[in-house]
Parts: sequence; C-alpha cells; structure tokens
Amino acid sequence: MAVSKRIVLHFPRRLVDRPIVSRLVKDYDLEFNILKASVTPEEEGLMVLELSGKQANYDKGIRYLTESGVKIQSLSQNVIRNEERCTHCGACITICPTGAFEVEPLTRRVMFYDEKCLACGLCIKACPPRAMEVHF
Amino acid sequence: MAKTIEEINEKIQQGKAVVVTAEEIIDLVKQKGVKKAAQEVDVVTTGTFGPMCSSGAYLNIGHAKPRIKLGGGRVYLNDVPAYAAFAAVDIFIGANALPDDDPRNKVHPGEFNYGGGHVIEELAAGRDIRLIASAYGTDCYPRKRLETWINIQDLNQAVLFNLRNAYQNYNVAVNLSDKTIYTYMGVLKPNLGNANYSSAGQLSPLLNDPYYKTIGIGTKIFLGGGIGFVAWHGTQHDPSVLRSENGVPRRGAGALSVIGDLKQMKPRWLLGISMLGYGCTLAVGIGVPIPILSEEILTYTAVTDGDIFAPVVDYANAYSNLKPDILGEVNYAQLKSGKVVIQDREVPTASLSSYSRAVEIAETLKEWILSGKFLLTEPVAPLPGVESGITFKPLKERPIAE
Repeated sequence: MAVSKRIVLHFPRRLVDRPIVSRLVKDYDLEFNILKASVTPEEEGLMVLELSGKQANYDKGIRYLTESGVKIQSLSQNVIRNEERCTHCGACITICPTGAFEVEPLTRRVMFYDEKCLACGLCIKACPPRAMEVHF
Repeated sequence: MAKTIEEINEKIQQGKAVVVTAEEIIDLVKQKGVKKAAQEVDVVTTGTFGPMCSSGAYLNIGHAKPRIKLGGGRVYLNDVPAYAAFAAVDIFIGANALPDDDPRNKVHPGEFNYGGGHVIEELAAGRDIRLIASAYGTDCYPRKRLETWINIQDLNQAVLFNLRNAYQNYNVAVNLSDKTIYTYMGVLKPNLGNANYSSAGQLSPLLNDPYYKTIGIGTKIFLGGGIGFVAWHGTQHDPSVLRSENGVPRRGAGALSVIGDLKQMKPRWLLGISMLGYGCTLAVGIGVPIPILSEEILTYTAVTDGDIFAPVVDYANAYSNLKPDILGEVNYAQLKSGKVVIQDREVPTASLSSYSRAVEIAETLKEWILSGKFLLTEPVAPLPGVESGITFKPLKERPIAE
C-alpha cells in the first residue's frame, strides 16, 4: 500500500551537516518533496517534507530517521486555528494556495482542512483577527 | 393592516410578537405572500459583523489625587495614543490609532499587530489597560505625570461611539495591476487574482430598509453584544446614489453613527483586527430590528442576495486615484457562490465581513425581542433620505500658496 504524508523534521545540531534525507531515496525507495527547509541561529535544522512510497518502506524510513536522532511531527500539529479569534469572515480563502479553507455553504462558516495545508504561512498575516498560528 | 411601534411593543410585552430574521423572512414571503406575511410578522431582525474603521470609544477615567488635566496633554493606552483634548479626564480612543513606535509600512506590507481597535477589544474583555499620561500642570490640576493600570469596571463612563458603521452596500475590490496590493479590503492578488467584498447582503440592516423608513435617530439596536442606539447618520452618508427598482442602492450609500455603553459589550462582537499593509481597525457587530409597519416595509425586508448589486472597483488605480470607473456589477448571490465573472474571467471571491456572525446577531436580537427584554423605539428624527439632496463630496482641495 502506498502512503503520502506531510511531516516536520527537527534535526539536532549534530545532524545538521549530515546527508540524512537523501538516504530515504537510496536505501528506502521513498520520494520526497521539500516544502520548507531552514537552519535556526541555534543551528538546529527544520524541514517540512511530503514523503511518499510503500507503507513498509515508509515505516522503515521513519524508523531510520528516528534512530538517527531526528524528531518527527505530523504537519497538521503545527498549523492551528485559534477558534476564539476566528470570525469566519473568509479573508483567508483566496489567499491559501492549496485551498485549505472552504466556506461551508449552509452555515457560511469557514472550514480549515489541515491535511491540505503546506504551512506556507501566507494566511497568518492575511487573517484580520490573526487567528492562524504556525508553530514548528 | 398598518401597525404602530406601540402596538408591536404591547405584543412583545405580552409574549405574542412574531419575530423572524431577515433571512427567514425571505422564505416566509415566498410561502405566504406579502399580504399574509405582513399581517403575521411584527419584527424582522437584521445583522452585520465586519471591519468598521470609523469606530472609537470615549472614557472618563475619574480624577487622580492630586488631580491631573489630561486635556491638552498626551495619553497612551497600552502604548496606543488616545485623543486628549476634552476636559480633565475624558479621552477618546480611535480604532485606527497606532503606537508611536509601530514601524507602520516602513517595511511594506506592515503587520499592524496592535492598535486602537485592540485596546477597545481588551477594554470590553475586562482586561487591565496600562495608561501613561503627561500633562503641563495647572494651579488646580498640578500633576504632570500619571502611570496606572485602568479597568473598564472602574471607569465612570466607557462609551462606544462610532462615526460611520453598517454601510449600506459596498465596493467589491479587485486588483488590475501586476503586483499584489495590500488594502483595507484585504490582500488583493495581481491581475484579477481575487475579489473581496464586505457586506452581509440580505441580512444587512440598511439593505433591508433602503429608504430609511423605520431606522432613524434614536433607533435601539444590538451593538457589540450590548444595547446601543443610532445617534446620527454616518459620515459619508450618501442616500442619492444609483438604486435598483426595488430601491436597493447599487453603490455604497447610507451609513449609521451609533453609540452604546461599552461596559455591556463583549469581545466576541467587538474585535481588534489587523489589515496587512493597511492598519488596525475594529470589527463591529450590529443588529437592527425593523418593525413591520406596512406591506411596503415588509417587501423591503424580503430582499435577497440576488437582488443586491455591488460595483467592482480596481483598488490599484481607480480607487486610489479617486476615479469613478467601475468594472461592472455583481450581486451577492454570485459573490457568495465563491466566484464571479469580471472582464470575462472567473475570479475567486472572499468576504471580509462574517455572514455566520451576522446570522448569529440577527438570531440573538430575535431572542432578546421574543423574551420581552428588548422593546422597539420610535425614531426621534429620520435619517436624511434621497429627498435631502445630501451627497458624498470629494475634498475641495485648494493649495496653500507659500
């Protein structure tokens, strides 16, 4: 069975200069699409990946990353809508490049489909009440 | 069938009034017809919730010991400047005020994370606010400096007083240029990348009473989750614009100036917001009850999104340069479908006002009336109508010679 998931990788300082992700292709036959990559001033690495391949290979690849010391989170845990502040106006809808926001036609409430989110961050400042938050 | 407001109030007090929202009345009129619906229904409730920039609040903070005269001095609330040009301890905070050290648009687009609208929201939420003031000192008001926490509960008065709210219809904003622009109508993507609108359409107060036959000075309303009143016509009130056969304006037209006790209001209905690259403002919730005094008034309240047209305006050029050009008209049913056709292109739409919150306001006002705790008021004077000849004039600019 094939899987495709969006994950956030946190690399500790000692791993930042090592070729880790490339082995997912070579040794585990996985494909990846890098959505975001950065090294913080504390020299920790952050990478947002869409990782796809066969389930068995995916599980092995994730085990390899974990055993190497990389911390892994699902992307949807990092993008959060503050329900207290969201007014369901809809200003985000045409800003989001992946269509992660949609108006529910009956209630006119704005739905947020976090599985479509790439964590690009465009909605954060375009949201008038600043209800969208990205935490890595 | 003509009813009076007094008769409707008697029914409200007896728990016999029939109240529906401006959304519910549409189907009711379709089912029963105007005549029957007008006999049955006593009140139609409207609602709107969106950014309303010309909003503000005045506060009387009470006298310090020794006394300080803030009038003519400087006052900051959470670093946001308030207007101090009244008597000793009266101040006014406007929704668009920004801290002196806010970078504004120095790095464009500026973020505008905190301003006057946010201070008003925090006051309404009952949070402590840091007040820092300086004054010049007089014999009777000797103090020159004041630094204190204040809380709305301790203030003598805290009053929301908005100069222009609840606009009767509004522009649909687009961008014909090849760069993203950052406006009070939100982020507009280049080359007709999106179209932003801001009206509750069929639920909006003044679109349900297009000729101001029931809404006037003194009308009691839902304001920010509390009770307020229409104080005056809003600034830029423009009743003489182009109208459809149903009387509904096809351009931004009338507006309301409203007032109410901020102490009763709630941050859910009074929210500080930030428009990227533009500034800070306040999202305000307003609901106005419309007494069904005649079949004509009922007919107006049955207006649907499909009957209300708004002009499409290019904010990259026509708006900013005060040109009258529009790119066409679209109706709110089209806008709410998620896309409209402009210049033969399908353009995705987004709203800046919240329709779901507008529904909640109309429902809340309905509940208040049904429970007997909210009675209708007779306006003490009408808003200027079409016959007033009032128009929205541009500035008559006269350069000052050196």
